[in-house]
Amino acid sequence: MIAKWSRDQIAARVARDIPDGAVVNLGIGLPTLVANHFAPGREVLLHSENGVLGMGPAPPEGREDWDLINAGKQPVTLLPGGSFFHHADSFAMMRGGHIDICVLGAFQVSGAGDLANWHTGEPGAIPAVGGAMDLATGARATWVMMEHRTKQGEPKIVPRCTYPLTGLACVKRIYTDLAVLEVTPAGLRVLERADGLTMAALQAVTGVALADD
Amino acid sequence: MIDKIAPSAAAALAGLPDGATVMIGGFGGAGQPHELIDALIAQGASRLTIVNNNAGNGDTGLAALIAAGRVRKIVCSFPRQPDSWHFDRMYRAGRLELELVPQGNLAERIRAAGAGIGAFFTPTGYGTALAEGKEVRELGGRMQVLEHPIHADFALIKAERGDRWGNLTYRKTARNFGPIMAMAAKVTVASVHEVVPLGSIDPEAVVTPGVYVQRVVLVPRPAGATP
Repeated sequence: MIAKWSRDQIAARVARDIPDGAVVNLGIGLPTLVANHFAPGREVLLHSENGVLGMGPAPPEGREDWDLINAGKQPVTLLPGGSFFHHADSFAMMRGGHIDICVLGAFQVSGAGDLANWHTGEPGAIPAVGGAMDLATGARATWVMMEHRTKQGEPKIVPRCTYPLTGLACVKRIYTDLAVLEVTPAGLRVLERADGLTMAALQAVTGVALADD
Repeated sequence: MIDKIAPSAAAALAGLPDGATVMIGGFGGAGQPHELIDALIAQGASRLTIVNNNAGNGDTGLAALIAAGRVRKIVCSFPRQPDSWHFDRMYRAGRLELELVPQGNLAERIRAAGAGIGAFFTPTGYGTALAEGKEVRELGGRMQVLEHPIHADFALIKAERGDRWGNLTYRKTARNFGPIMAMAAKVTVASVHEVVPLGSIDPEAVVTPGVYVQRVVLVPRPAGATP
């Protein structure tokens, strides 16, 4: 019996692995869950691309301030010590290497750490890129959080991305519902596997060769 | 006497021609200058090129300008939203050209225009579809893409407080593109919720110095909004 990790369990693993004091940007979608899993007393500085450093949790109902929102355009709060700045400053933080870790969702990641997460490339699909390319390229470390397989059961970790690329060789770690993987020059190293999942079973749903753990 | 306070939003848009490039501040709803956009709709200029992070939400503001068929081209980073139906319809009908720009490139290209920079190299987008056809060069051991500034005829931005010299402060994340768009346009129009006498904004806290702002319009804060 394989004990797949829930979305919250994936998020808890990402939160656990973020060092204290790190400056972190959480992408929209699945990565926003990470913010709910920092143990009390941990100090991690959250950056939001729209111009916030030191972002706090969502406000209680009725206390929303629509001038204080996150990248997903949801109301948030500011922690004591937090700051606001304009968009060029906010992206200079990413592009200038001042963000320690960004956590992004993904359609596909290649064995070399190429990332595809902004466009399915399908005819008629309206593309939207936002800050994904700046984060993937500019953050000191890019971590991906995603389901291990597509809804159709295809591997999302692939030899070569078939969706349009977000960045080349930028992903350092991959957190899925089945495993935590590190992208190394020698290939994908397995840091952790879901209970009951053998290496052979993990390899069978992963599109590139896994290094022995 | 320098007095940049315009009597109305309509007066503040005087001289905005057909075919103009207009930057509009805002990230989603925060910082979107709704009253200035409404005035632009009433003013009638058409075939506009709009620079904004998004492509309109719901049926108001930028979405209404698009719905009115007044936008020829939009330069933005994130058009697709659950409520971007007016953009979606016009884009799919081929009535609206889209230049999709990574958000940091959008911000830096706007800033570069305001700072007199001819072009710059950045690693963002290298090897992706959004860098196709652009000059690339290896600098500092990384492959980088040449990006050009985005200039505008007008910038419409929303600030919180302003004075007659055009000095501005903003409110929280409503700041977003305001300060850099103000730098990049020939004519910057700022809506403010408060006009204050010269000297009452702490000089250490001025976010946009008045040199970047040509016109300031007082717009009452919507009823029920947080001060």
